Amino acid sequence: MRLLNRTAGRISRHRRGRLAGVVMLMVGLVLTGGLYTVFAPAQADSAESDAALVAEGRELFLVSCSFCHGKNGEGVLTEGGTQYGPSLAGVGAASADFQLGTGRMPLARPGQQVAVKTPVFNDDEIEALSAYVASLGPGPAVPDESDYSVEGLTAEERQEAVTRGSQIFLTNCTACHNFSGNGGAMPRGGAAPSILGTTPEHIYEAMLTGPGNMDVFSNGNLSPEEKRDVIAYVSQLREQPEYGGFGLGGLGPVSEGMFAWLVGIGSLVGFAVWIAAHTTRSTKQPSKGADA
Amino acid sequence: MSVDTSKVADTNAGTAATPKKPGKAGVVANWADERLGLGTLMKKNLRKVFPDHWSFMLGEIALWSFVVLLLSGVFLTLWYTPSMGEVEYQGSYNPLRGVEMSEAMASTLRLSFDVRGGLLMRQMHHWAAMLFIASMMIHLLRVYFTGAFRKPRELNWVIGSLLLLLGTLEGFTGYSLPDDLLSGTGIRAADGFMKSMPVVGTYMSFFLFGGEFPGESIIPRLYTVHVLLIPGILLALIAAHMLLLVYHKHTQWPGPGRTEENVVGFPMLPVYAAKAGGFFFIVFGVSALMGGLLTINPVWKFGPYDPTKVTAGSQPDWYMGWPDGALRIMPGWESHFWGVTLSWNVFLPIIVLPGLMFTILMMLPFLESWITGDKRDHHLLQRPRNAPTRTAVMVALMTFYGLMWAAGGNDIIAIKLHLSINQITYFMRAAVFIGPVIAFIITRRWCISLQRHDEQKLLHGYETGIIMRSAEGGYSERHLPVNETEAYTLTAREREEVWTPGDETDANGVPAKRGRFDGLRAKLSTLMYADNVQPVTKEELEAAHHHADHEHELQASLDGQPADGHQFDGHHAVDGENLRGDH
Repeated sequence: MRLLNRTAGRISRHRRGRLAGVVMLMVGLVLTGGLYTVFAPAQADSAESDAALVAEGRELFLVSCSFCHGKNGEGVLTEGGTQYGPSLAGVGAASADFQLGTGRMPLARPGQQVAVKTPVFNDDEIEALSAYVASLGPGPAVPDESDYSVEGLTAEERQEAVTRGSQIFLTNCTACHNFSGNGGAMPRGGAAPSILGTTPEHIYEAMLTGPGNMDVFSNGNLSPEEKRDVIAYVSQLREQPEYGGFGLGGLGPVSEGMFAWLVGIGSLVGFAVWIAAHTTRSTKQPSKGADA
Repeated sequence: MSVDTSKVADTNAGTAATPKKPGKAGVVANWADERLGLGTLMKKNLRKVFPDHWSFMLGEIALWSFVVLLLSGVFLTLWYTPSMGEVEYQGSYNPLRGVEMSEAMASTLRLSFDVRGGLLMRQMHHWAAMLFIASMMIHLLRVYFTGAFRKPRELNWVIGSLLLLLGTLEGFTGYSLPDDLLSGTGIRAADGFMKSMPVVGTYMSFFLFGGEFPGESIIPRLYTVHVLLIPGILLALIAAHMLLLVYHKHTQWPGPGRTEENVVGFPMLPVYAAKAGGFFFIVFGVSALMGGLLTINPVWKFGPYDPTKVTAGSQPDWYMGWPDGALRIMPGWESHFWGVTLSWNVFLPIIVLPGLMFTILMMLPFLESWITGDKRDHHLLQRPRNAPTRTAVMVALMTFYGLMWAAGGNDIIAIKLHLSINQITYFMRAAVFIGPVIAFIITRRWCISLQRHDEQKLLHGYETGIIMRSAEGGYSERHLPVNETEAYTLTAREREEVWTPGDETDANGVPAKRGRFDGLRAKLSTLMYADNVQPVTKEELEAAHHHADHEHELQASLDGQPADGHQFDGHHAVDGENLRGDH
């Protein structure tokens, strides 16, 4: 302490010196400038790269999307007044990320059901396109992994999340996607797709944006935690073993009936033929010439 | 076979024969016989003869799967709780732990996850139920297609139809017991079906549910119906069905030595008992394999029933699929009068149609005997082709059933075949009417063609596949007569006569009794018989043989030569005979 006091004292001795004001000014300027160089340039770069990303996205958009969605994403109407491609203002990055990431867009051909296929764009391009779509108007952003992950929860909380998720899933999702997530029919050739191969991120985005015939489950409807719970339950469905054996496609009684007839009755009738074909002869005698 | 004479006394000398000391089994059998009189009963029935044919074993599948149902069902009752009392599930299936559900559902989950072998038993029970009804239906088809329902077996047909109806109801009540989302949806639908009935519907629904749906009574009530009422009636009817089978004796296919008066086959003991007993183990084994390997009704995925929830793929079990299909393709017709809605869209397909179809099914034997006027006993079966109109009627009914059935799975067809569910529905609306008519016409003509083929075979022999070249250079295929067994079998059927209303007056000028539907009956009889090919007469056969003999004379030079046309017909052995001489 004495040493410290002495040093402080030594500095303090000069505090009223002639150069003190100048030195302090210099220190202040250097500090401010130093801090500025640490923080400010990063922000400037990020803004620049955002703009670059949007610009890159716009280039991709003009090539691959504008034919249906318009050069500014304003949508295209057919002569009949129906939508050729809807306006993308306000659909948000989440929607673009979902449609592009699951390969639904760009559309191979218009129809009742948008087909899922291998994505045409890579992750960087999808990010750029999403950024461009997001720039058209405010909309839901691409969710962060922490939004749908149950990593941070304790085992007990996780189990509760799965249970809550199962009830939300059965109330809101199974009517179209089926009890095991295998999908179901929609009117006029449409279909609620199987969600067993969909990534958690895309399930979250689908709930948030309601692609195709699907309802929008906004955060007011299903809170982010509830969405996370649904995803936890779907993951559970995917990971848990088929307790009863081969699942028969998880389609309900129709496939069960098919198996009852083809496997059950088929094999039993086969056995009946087999039993009836065996007469009571105990020792097989070699046939010596057929009866004339 | 020579008689073993070593045990027969050949002299009066020596000691008298004494009976051997009876074995242990003999003592027991004697004890029982002296008190129960089983000997007389068994002497007759243990030697009872059953004819052997694979199609006679289809009913057995139903019988044995019913036994599997009884066995596995008893196991299930030991753990199942038929109560709608609310509990919080705390079993070992994690995703549902903490969820409120009925005790019925909780105990079903307990059976599935916490009782050793419980899931296997549940699945075996369910698969066996599917097989039970399916095998009753294929048995029904066999009986119908072969004419085994004719006098004296009409009542057994009716009993069998009732078994099918009761089996279906039994299946539906069992399907409802777990109180999961799927079965609850089914009960809700059944509630709607009942309420579609004019006037009485609502009362019946309230009576069944003990108030408004779902109430708290339906599960316990269905349980009683499922484990006591219907199985009791089923057992009684199965007993009656089989007693009548024993009383009537089994039908048989015609053939040499088989007549309307006898039954040719194997005795109950040891042959048929072994075959039938073995078949039980096969049915049990198939049910067990299916129960162990194939998921059926995964209630844990459905979760407990909650009227606010529903799942895609909500279908009844397959045997209720066809009325469900009728319901799905029915246009949405409703009538409103005096403030009352009459839902034709529900009432017609699900209440009227199944009742109508079932009545038609039960009436089939009586309709046929009325049309044909045939009141004789029949114990020899007919091949389906020899009753073209009858066969065509059943194929038309099957087509109707199959199309309705497919309509019941329209959503699954739509997603699996990438079709529009609407287009499937429109197609089915027309197909259920047009399809059976087309099937009727095709089947009837097909049968008649097969009859003609049989006639050809009898009169001109079968095609040997050997092409003969005549001296003039013309080619013809050689036909050879069928062997006697086959000829007998092909001709062993009755001539059919188209029923015609008699004269206006009888021989004494008294007006004859005329039925109101005589005209219709005559028309139906014409449809039934007029186009059929009648069995070949003796004269026709002889004439044909004479003709054939003549041809054989022409070809006689070939007999004894290689390729005389008998290489492949089993008429004589061909060992050591070369088709093309020695090279």
